[in-house]
Amino acid sequence: MTINDIWDVFVLGMVLGSLYAVIAIGYTLVYGVLQLLNFAHSEVFMAGGFGGLIVLTLVEPVAAPSGVQSVGYVLLGMAGGAALGGTVAYFLEKVAYRPLRRRRAPRLVFLITAIGASFFLYNLAGKIFGRNAVPMPSAYENKRVLTVFGTSLNITQLLILGSAVVMLLGVDYVVNRTKLGSGIRAVAQDPEVASLMGVDIDKVVSRTFVLGGLMGGVAGFLFGTNVQVFPTMGFLPGVTAFAAAVLGGIGNVRGAMLGGLLLGVVEAFTVDLVGDEWRYVGAFAVLVLVLMFRPTGILGERVARAA
Amino acid sequence: MTTEMAGRAVAVDGHVLEVSGVTLRFGGLTSLDRVDLRMRRGEVLAVIGPNGAGKTSLFNSLTGAYVPQEGRIRFRPGRGGEHELRGRKPFRVSRLGLARTFQNIRLFGALTALENVKIAVETRQKTDPVSIMLGLPHARRAERESDRRAHEVMRFVGLGHRLNELASSLSYGEQRRLEIARALATEPELLLLDEPAAGTNPTEKRDLEELIRRINAELSVSVLLIEHDMRLVMSVADRVMVLNFGRKIAEGTPGEVQRDPAVIEAYLGSSSAEDTAVVTGMLSGRGGAGAGDEGEERA
Amino acid sequence: MKATTVSRGKGGGPDMSAAARLRATRWYQQPRWRRLAALLGTALLGAQVTGREGSSSDIFLALKENTTGTGMWIWLGGALLVWVLREFVSEQLAAGWAGVREGARAGASGPLGRGRELWRSLPWVRVAALTALAVFLVLLPLLVTRHWQQVLVDQIGIYVLLVIGLNVVVGWAGMLDLGFIAFFAIGAYSAAYWTGSLPVEPPVVLNNFLVIPVAVVTCLVAGVLLGAPTLRLRGDYLAIVTLGFHEMVYLAARNWRDTTGGTSGASVDRFEIDLGFWSYRWGLDPVPYYWLLLVVIALLIFLFLRLEHSRVGRAWTAIREDEVAAAATGVDTVRFKLLAFAIGASTSGVAGVIYASKLGFINSELFVLLFSILVLSYVIFGGMGSIPGVLLGAAILIWLPEAMRDQVPAQDRFMYLGALLVVMMIYRPQGLLPSRRRRRELEMAEEGAGGADSLGTSEGRRV
Repeated sequence: MTINDIWDVFVLGMVLGSLYAVIAIGYTLVYGVLQLLNFAHSEVFMAGGFGGLIVLTLVEPVAAPSGVQSVGYVLLGMAGGAALGGTVAYFLEKVAYRPLRRRRAPRLVFLITAIGASFFLYNLAGKIFGRNAVPMPSAYENKRVLTVFGTSLNITQLLILGSAVVMLLGVDYVVNRTKLGSGIRAVAQDPEVASLMGVDIDKVVSRTFVLGGLMGGVAGFLFGTNVQVFPTMGFLPGVTAFAAAVLGGIGNVRGAMLGGLLLGVVEAFTVDLVGDEWRYVGAFAVLVLVLMFRPTGILGERVARAA
Repeated sequence: MTTEMAGRAVAVDGHVLEVSGVTLRFGGLTSLDRVDLRMRRGEVLAVIGPNGAGKTSLFNSLTGAYVPQEGRIRFRPGRGGEHELRGRKPFRVSRLGLARTFQNIRLFGALTALENVKIAVETRQKTDPVSIMLGLPHARRAERESDRRAHEVMRFVGLGHRLNELASSLSYGEQRRLEIARALATEPELLLLDEPAAGTNPTEKRDLEELIRRINAELSVSVLLIEHDMRLVMSVADRVMVLNFGRKIAEGTPGEVQRDPAVIEAYLGSSSAEDTAVVTGMLSGRGGAGAGDEGEERA
Repeated sequence: MKATTVSRGKGGGPDMSAAARLRATRWYQQPRWRRLAALLGTALLGAQVTGREGSSSDIFLALKENTTGTGMWIWLGGALLVWVLREFVSEQLAAGWAGVREGARAGASGPLGRGRELWRSLPWVRVAALTALAVFLVLLPLLVTRHWQQVLVDQIGIYVLLVIGLNVVVGWAGMLDLGFIAFFAIGAYSAAYWTGSLPVEPPVVLNNFLVIPVAVVTCLVAGVLLGAPTLRLRGDYLAIVTLGFHEMVYLAARNWRDTTGGTSGASVDRFEIDLGFWSYRWGLDPVPYYWLLLVVIALLIFLFLRLEHSRVGRAWTAIREDEVAAAATGVDTVRFKLLAFAIGASTSGVAGVIYASKLGFINSELFVLLFSILVLSYVIFGGMGSIPGVLLGAAILIWLPEAMRDQVPAQDRFMYLGALLVVMMIYRPQGLLPSRRRRRELEMAEEGAGGADSLGTSEGRRV
C-alpha cells in the first residue's frame, strides 16, 4: 500500500465519517438530555432517505440538469429528508417516549420502547414503500470534479463532506450559542434544577429530538444518494454512529463529530485491507476496545457522572 | 445477641480508622479539604457541621462511592492487617468490615424486611450458583444459616415482628432501623450512620439512641455518626468532630466542642456573647433559639 | 371554525391578567380537539399498517391506494365514531375506559386476582393444576396436526428455551442483551462442528448430547469474555456491545464459508442415543424432539426457579432496585450481573445445539438479529421476571401469527410486534403475567423510589 493509496482510503473514510458524525449528533443530543440510547434514531435516518426519495420522485429531475437545477434538486431532496426525519423524530418523542417520561419509567422500559419503535418503523417503511432498495433519482451527473493531493472526489462525496461540515458547524453553534442550546445544556446537566429555573423540559426535549431528526434526515438523503434507499438502511450506519457517539464521549457534541470521522476512517481501511463483507466489524471492534480502555470516550462524557 | 457478633474480642488496641489529608474535589469545588480523622476502636464518633459541610462526602469517600484525589484512608480490622480504602470498590469496603446507612433511606422496597437483611448476610457466604441450582446440602445449610442470622439481627434491632412485611410498607422509623439491621448483618467493625434520626419522632429517637448504645456495647462495633440532632449526638458520642466547608474545624469531647469558638462561629457566622449562649445551648441539645424541635424534647 | 382565544370571564382583551393569558388556549389546543387529531392520525397510520403491501418500483402505490381505498374510510369512520362516543355520548364510557386502563395497569383485581388467591391458599389446587398441565403438555403433540407439531418444536419449543434464558438476563438481572441469538448461533455451530458436520474437522467427533455441555462451556466463556469488560460500565452499553457482538458472529458465520458453510450452510447429524443394550435415533418426526425439549425445559425451569428464590435471585433484585445500596451492602454487582449474562448465554447455546440437531441443517441466515428482538418481545409481552409469564408470552406470540397467517401477511408480523412492544411499555410494562416483585418495582420506580433495572446507578437515572 503506497502513501497515495493510504491517502485515497483516508479521504474515502472522511466522507463516510462525516456522515456518521451527523447521525451521531442525534444520538448524543438525545442521550445528553434524556440519558436514553435512542435506538430508533436509525429509523429517523432511514425516514430521511425516503423523504428525499419522495420529493425527488415527485419533481422528477430532468435528464441532464443544469448547474442551477442540480443545486435546486439537491436542496429539495435535503429539505424532504430533513422534513420527514424531523417529523418522525417529533412524533417518536411525543407518542413513544413522553408517556414514559411522565411516569418516570425505568431506563430498561425506555430502551425496549426504542427497540420496538425502531422495529415498527422500518417494517412500516417496508410495508409502504416496498422492501427492495430504490436508487435516488440523480439530481446531477456524478462527475469527478476535484482532486485533493492526488485523490479525486466526485460530486456526491463533495456534497456529503460539504453539507456535513455546514451541519456540524450549525449544531455546534446551536448548542453553544442559542437559547435552545442553553436549554439543552441545562437539562443535560440537571433536569430538576433546569425546570426550577424555568426551562420547559418538554419543549427542550422535543426540540432536541427534532434537531437530531433534521440532521439525521439530511444524512439519510445523502446516504440514499450515495448508496440507495431501503427500509433497513438505518441499522448498520445507525449502530456505527452510536459507536461513534460513545467513542467521542456520549453527550459530548464535538466528541460525536470526532468519533464519527474516526470510525469512518476505520471502516474505509477495514474495507480496503480486510474486505467489503467485513465492513462494519472494524467499527464494532473499535467500540469494544474503547469501552474496555476508556469508557468515557476520547473527549470525555458531558453527562453528569453518578456517584 | 449471640456468639459471632458479641464474642468478637477487641483484640487490637489503637485506631480502627485513620484518615489523613483526604481531599475530594468536584470540578472546581472542593468538597473535602485535607481532612484528618482518627477513630479509636470501640468509640462512637459523631461528625457534625452545617449543611453542605462535606459530611456525606466524607462517608462516600470512606465507603468507596467517591474516590478522593488525595489522602489516605487506613482501616485496621480487629483480626489484624491494614487496608487502604481510598479507591477501593464499595462492595470490597463493605466486605472488609465497614457498613453504612444512607441519609435518604435506600432499602430494597420490593423485598420483604427479612429479605433485605438476608441479602446482607449472604454477601458473606460463599455458596456457588451451581450447588444452589442442584440443591446440594451445603447450599441448603447456607440458606438456613442466612435465615437464622437474619432473624437474629432483626430481633436485635427490634423488628422481629415485621419480618415478612414489604420494606417499603414499614413506617419511617422502622425503615431507619431496618437499614441499620441490613448494615449490621454484614458483621461490620465500623458502622457509618448517616443522619439516622432524620425524620423520626421523639419515641423513635429514644429507641435509636438505645440501639446505637447497644450496637456499640454489645456488638463492640465502632460507630461513626453524622447527625443534626445535637441531643442525640451529645448523649451517645464519645467524641465529636466538626466539619465546615470541607475542613475539620474542631474535634474533642462533646463538652469541648460546645465551647469551641470556631464551632460557634461556623454555626452562626459571628461570635457575639449572646449568640454564643444560644449556640452553646443548641449544641448541647438544651433548647434555645436555633435548636428547633429537637431541642425542645428534653425540656 | 375560526381560531379564537378561549378564556373564562373577561374575554381575551388586553386587560387579561398574565395568569389568564397563560391559561388561555386556542380552540385546537383543547384536549377534545387534540384527541380528535390523535385519533385521526392513528387512523391514517392504521390504514397504512393494515393496507396493501407497497412496491419498490412505484413507491407511491401503497400510499395512494391505502389513502383512497375503503380501508381508509373504515379507519377514519371508526376513529370519528370513537371520538364522538368518547366526547359527546357517554360520560360513563369515558369512565369505563379509564377503569379498564387502571385495571390493565394494576392487573390483580377481578377473577384473575381471585384465581390467584385460590392458587396460593390451597396446595391441592396447585398440585392438581400442575399435574393436569403436565399431562396436557406431554400429550399435546398427539392432538394436533403435523404442521402444528412442527410449530410446537421448531418455534415454540426452541423459543421457550430462549425466553427462559433471556428472562434471567432481562427479567431477573435487569440488563438488556440484544445479541442473544449470537449465543444461539454459537451453540448451533458447536453442534455442527463437534459432530463433524462442518468443512473443518474437530479433534474428536462427539455425540449431539455430549455437545450440549461443550456448548454450555463455550457460551459461558464467550459470555464472560464479552460481559466482563462491558458490565463494569453504564448498563445500557451492554445493549450496544451485544448488538455489535451479534453482528460479528453473524458476519463470521456468513463470511467464513470454508469453515461454516456460509449462507449455503451445512447439514448436521440428528440426535442419537446408543447405550449398547438400547439405542434410539431421532428422525424426521417432530414429536420425539418435542418430548426431548419438554424434558430440557422442565429441568431448566426447575433449576432457575431455585436460583431465583436463593441468595442469587435476591442479589439480582437488590441490584435492580438500587445498585448503590446493593454495593454498599457488599453485593459484588458486577459478578452477579456477569453470572446472569453467562447463564443466559449458555441457555441460548443449549437451545442452539437442539435447534441444529433437530433441523439437521444450519446456515448463517438462521441467526439474524431479528430473532434476538423476537425473543426479547416474547419476554416483555409475557412479563419480565415471571417464568409462567414469559412461557405464555412466547406461546401466544408464536401461536397468534401462525394461526393468522392466512389473514395477515407474514412479513407484517414484525411491524405488529414492534408496535406491540411500544404499546406494552406505555400501558402495561410489567407484561401479561407479571412477577410480583417486578410489578412492585415498576410501581415504586414510577413513584420515584429506586430503579427497576440495572442500567446504571439510580442516582444517574434521570430520564
